[in-house]
Order: sequence, then structure tokens, then C-alpha cells
Amino acid sequence: MLTILFDGIAYGMLLFILAVGLSVTMGLMNFINLAHGAFAMVGGYITVLLMQRLGLPFLLCLPAAFLGAALIGALLERTLYRPLYHRPHLDQVLFSIGLVFMAIASVDYFIGSTQQILQLPDWLKGRTELGSGAWQLGMGHYRLFIIAVCLALTVVLQFILSRTRFGSRLRASVDDQRVAAGLGINVNQVFLSTFAVGSGLAGLGGALGAEVLGLDPNFPLKFMVYFLIVVAVGGTSSISGPLLAALLLGIADVAGKYYIPKLGAFIVYTLMIVILVWRPQGLFVRQGGK
Amino acid sequence: MKRRQFSTAAVAAAAAAIAAPAALAQDNVFKIGLILPMTGQQATTGRQIEAAARLYMAQHGDTVAGKKVQLIVKDDTSLPDVTRRIAQELVVNDKVNVLAGFGITPSALAVAPIATQSKTPMVVMAAATSSITLASPYVVRTSFTLPQASVALADWAPKNGIKTVVTLVSDYGPGLDAEKFFKDRLLFNGGQVPETLRVPMRSPDFAPFLQKVRDIKPDALFVFVPSGAGAAVMKQFLERGMDKAGIKLIGTGDVTDDDQLNDMGDGALGVVTSHHYSAFHPSAANKKFVAEFSKANKGLRPNFMAAGGYDGMRVIYEAAKASKGQGGDALLAGMKGQIFESPRGPMFIDAQTRDVVHNIYLRKVEKKDGQLWNVEFDVIKDVKDPGKAR
Repeated sequence: MLTILFDGIAYGMLLFILAVGLSVTMGLMNFINLAHGAFAMVGGYITVLLMQRLGLPFLLCLPAAFLGAALIGALLERTLYRPLYHRPHLDQVLFSIGLVFMAIASVDYFIGSTQQILQLPDWLKGRTELGSGAWQLGMGHYRLFIIAVCLALTVVLQFILSRTRFGSRLRASVDDQRVAAGLGINVNQVFLSTFAVGSGLAGLGGALGAEVLGLDPNFPLKFMVYFLIVVAVGGTSSISGPLLAALLLGIADVAGKYYIPKLGAFIVYTLMIVILVWRPQGLFVRQGGK
Repeated sequence: MKRRQFSTAAVAAAAAAIAAPAALAQDNVFKIGLILPMTGQQATTGRQIEAAARLYMAQHGDTVAGKKVQLIVKDDTSLPDVTRRIAQELVVNDKVNVLAGFGITPSALAVAPIATQSKTPMVVMAAATSSITLASPYVVRTSFTLPQASVALADWAPKNGIKTVVTLVSDYGPGLDAEKFFKDRLLFNGGQVPETLRVPMRSPDFAPFLQKVRDIKPDALFVFVPSGAGAAVMKQFLERGMDKAGIKLIGTGDVTDDDQLNDMGDGALGVVTSHHYSAFHPSAANKKFVAEFSKANKGLRPNFMAAGGYDGMRVIYEAAKASKGQGGDALLAGMKGQIFESPRGPMFIDAQTRDVVHNIYLRKVEKKDGQLWNVEFDVIKDVKDPGKAR
């Protein structure tokens, strides 16, 4: 049973890394970016290709995935996304879903549509087991690694958003762009870097997730629903909301599939409906925020 | 790339059609409409079959019964409604003599009514649910059926110390076939199936299902997943340390797909599967097939999909010779009852069921010359589809 809990937490953490960027762009910048999964896919492919073609070690590929996705994110923000910030949400949705399809088609064309297989280094392949019987806890080392990376990221992000000058600038820009600009904050730059970091995090999530979730060109579509659920349930105004939502979803999904395999796929959606009926704004809402 | 090749071919064909008098062109062309998933999750299937079909044409010439063979390849992206629309266009507009391909069962079933109405034979080269050949009297199959492979494995397992088996299948037609026939036969042979698990086709993570299997502690886990998804199951199976817990992995050959086997790593060693085709099959016909296939496709290894496509082309060619290039019922009659030596070994198209009869091999993954192969160690001869025996 503890093993199920552990797997659920690892899965949830992975969902959190993948979705936290989306919660930043959607919640803080008020932009609906369905193409978020495409950045995750970019990160995944960067990792897989670097490892397969150039033989780089896995740990080196992770920052590369982050940087690559962030770079592409920054580029697209500057060229494509910025003009759409003030357009209606429907335009944003149409634009970003178009981007998703283009990403799928280009990956399909250049790399091929097969499932990519990642070979983890040996030290991540093992498994540690504690206890026995119903309370046995089996931990895959890779899943432990995911949890560790994710916890570290959460702490760093929370710190940046609430304690640094950049964090307060970002929050100011979001609350009122005109006043923030009037106070000398370069709003465009703040948004650009936020978007890039959000995309980079997605890329990192994609790189970490390639092993667990599989990686093929349909990745952005397959997981779009999961990202959106995390953001919708968790609320978009903080880091802790999506984190708890992702954990809840991960555990519910894994436990559901374990205990009631026949209903497995439905549990997540049922949970989402129940939570949204109960708290339509998401689990955690910042008072007075937009 | 393939689309580009295809479009140049199409342009060339169009130019030829304009140059020649239209009526004459119609008479002298034998058209094969090949509908395959060239993009999306099942794309490896499409790639393998198209390559195999082109190889067959390269080896055997592109004229048959005095007619020029024209291969029209269309991508259905594994969506049955698209398959149906494409099939309709091919039959009505292009007036194809035969439909072929069909990557997944729902696609094949969607087209069956069109084949019946237009009396166009359709050669199923990939989809493997038993019931497909019942959907239309014009369906002929050159791939295999899941019951064939799973029953063979259920016969082998109890004789080799595997008494309790948990099944894990993808939740769609062929998976349900595999589960049902494996379970029934294993129970008949005195084995036990404590749990049957079905995973959604797009399941992102097999972890909870595998954990469940681990806690039940059967002698073996029987797996069916569509071609291309086997690697993920294999990796998570190993990651969970299930081999160390004494659980064996067995399955139909889809799990150790030749196309992906090498990427799965040494963890796949020793996995026992049952299937009709292995690229390692030790026959002269297969060695020639594998060598020429990888030569024509940058070292790609043919898998069982390629074998189905290659044999499908053979069936179409020979039937066209027998019918003197006529389509419809004459062509269908030419397909029934063909007996020949395929890369997979001897095979036979049963005239009654129009389904394939062939040997099912038990294979174990072994390393030869630094590569992983499915090495055959036992054979069950001339297996008819058990799904039709009722």
C-alpha cells in the first residue's frame, strides 16, 4: 500500500513539474496557453536525442532540456505570443491549439512518430525495498529522483515568487500592467522571462517524464487534459495549489488503477468534477487576486 | 519523405494517365489501395508495411497479368472514420481493384461494409482480431490472429512450470481476444488466472497495474499491447524489479516487436513470446527477405507487420495472375486457398474462413552478434484461428 502511495506521489510530482509553468502563464499572465505540452515534448525530445545521438549523460541532458525549451519559449513569446496577450481568450485558445498541431506534425516529420526509448543510467534503475507485507514500501530510484528534483524546484519557485524582487515585480505587473509600467518596471521583460521559465520547467518535466509517461509526437495532446485539470483544480494563483492538486491527482490516479482497475481511468475525472462543484475557483484561491 | 515519394509517384502517374488515352490507361492498370496509419501512434505499422509492399514490387516487377500495378498509399492516422472515408474514395474515384493494409482492428471493421457492397476484396495485413474475417465475405487476412498466438502460449506455459498467470491487455478488440483465448486455454490446461487486467489504450503509466501484478505474485505475467507499445511495458516491468520477484514475462510477439527489440536493452533477454514471425526465423526465404528489406530501408529490421504486408502483396499478385487481372469475385477466388512459403514459414489462406493458417513459434529473446533477436525454440504447426472453431 505504501508503494502505491509512493508511486502516486512520484506521478503527482511529475504532473506538477509539467503543469506549474502553465499555472504561471495562465494564472499570473492571464494567457491560456494550450501549447504548454508542446514545450514539455521539446524538452523530452532534446533529452532523448542528446542521449541517443551524442551519448551525453542523463544529468547533463536535464539542464539542456530546460534551457532548450526556455529558449524556444522566449523566442515564441517575443514573436507570436505577445501580440495575443490582449486578445480574447478564444483567440488564445485557437492560436495555441494550432501551435500544438504544428508541433506534433513537425516532430512527426523530422524525428518520426515511434515511441522514444530512454536508457537511464544504472544508478537510477535500481529499487529499494523497506518493510514487508501490506506495509512494504518499494521505491524505484528514478521515482525517488523525480520527487527530490520536484521538491527542490518547489522551494526555489516559492522563494523566487514571494521573496525576491523579481517575484514582486511579476506580481505587480500582473495585478496592474499600466501602474507597474509607470513605476518603471519593464513589464515586457518580466513577462518574457516568466514565460521562458514556465516553458523551461515544462521542458524539464518532459525530460523527466519521458521515462515514465512515454514520449511520442502526440504527447502534448495526450497530457493536455492532465495539465488543465491540475491547473483548474489547484487554482492558478500560487505554487502550493497546483502542487497539492497534482499530488492529489497522481495518488488518486495510481490508487484508482490499482484498487479498481476497471474504473481506473475515470477516477481522476470524477475527482475533478467533485472538487470543482465544491470549490469552483479551485482548491486554493488568493484573496483579492484576479 | 515517403509522402514526397508518394506525391512524385502520383504526379508521374497522373502525367502518364494524361499522355495515354484514358480508356486504355484504365484497362491496363491494376490498382492496389493501401490504407495504413503512416502518422500517429501506429505509424511504425504503416512504415513497415509500406516498405514491405514496395520491396515485393521491386522484387517481382510492377506488371501482373499484363497490367501495370499501381500502389496508392493513403494515411488513415488510425482513425476508423478516416479509414472508411479513404476506402470509399479509393473505391469510387480511383476504382481500385483491391483494398489492403488496415493497421488496427476498428479500421478494418469500418471498411468491411464497403468491401461487401462494392465487391472489392480487402486484404488485412496487420489487424489481428479474430472476428474481422467474419465482417465481410471479401476480407482476406495475411497477418495473424491473436487467438492463434495466445492459445499456443497457453499450451506451452503449464508444461514449463508456469501455473498461475495474470493477464494484462490493452482494452480493445485484439486485447480482449488475447485475454479470452489465453485464459480459457490456460484454465483448460489446469492453470490459474487470478486476475485479468485491462489497461486503457492511451494509458500513460503502467505502474499501478504492474504493482498489482507484483502483489498477486503469479508465476508469470501475460501481456498483449499493440505493436510499438511493448517497450514501455518491458521497461516498467524491469524497473519494478518484477523479474527479481520471480515473475516471468510472457506474451504474444507484439511485446518483443522486432522493430523495437534492440532498443529495449538487455533486460528483455529471456522473455518468452509466441508469434508467427521472427526476423531471426532460420529459413533461406526469410534471410533473403530480411537482408533485402534492411538494405532498401537504411538498416530497418522487418517486424511481423512487414511480413504481413509482404505476404499480402504476394497473395494479391498471385490472385491477379489467376484472375487474369480481373477484380471483384474472380480476384477473391484467386486469393482463397493459396499455399506458399512466406518469410515466416509455410502459410495457407483457408478457403473457408479466408483467414491465415500458419505455424506459431515459441521464441526466447537472445543476444546474437551483439543484437537482440527473438530466437525460435519450438513450433506448433499449421495453427488455424481458434476463434473460428466455435
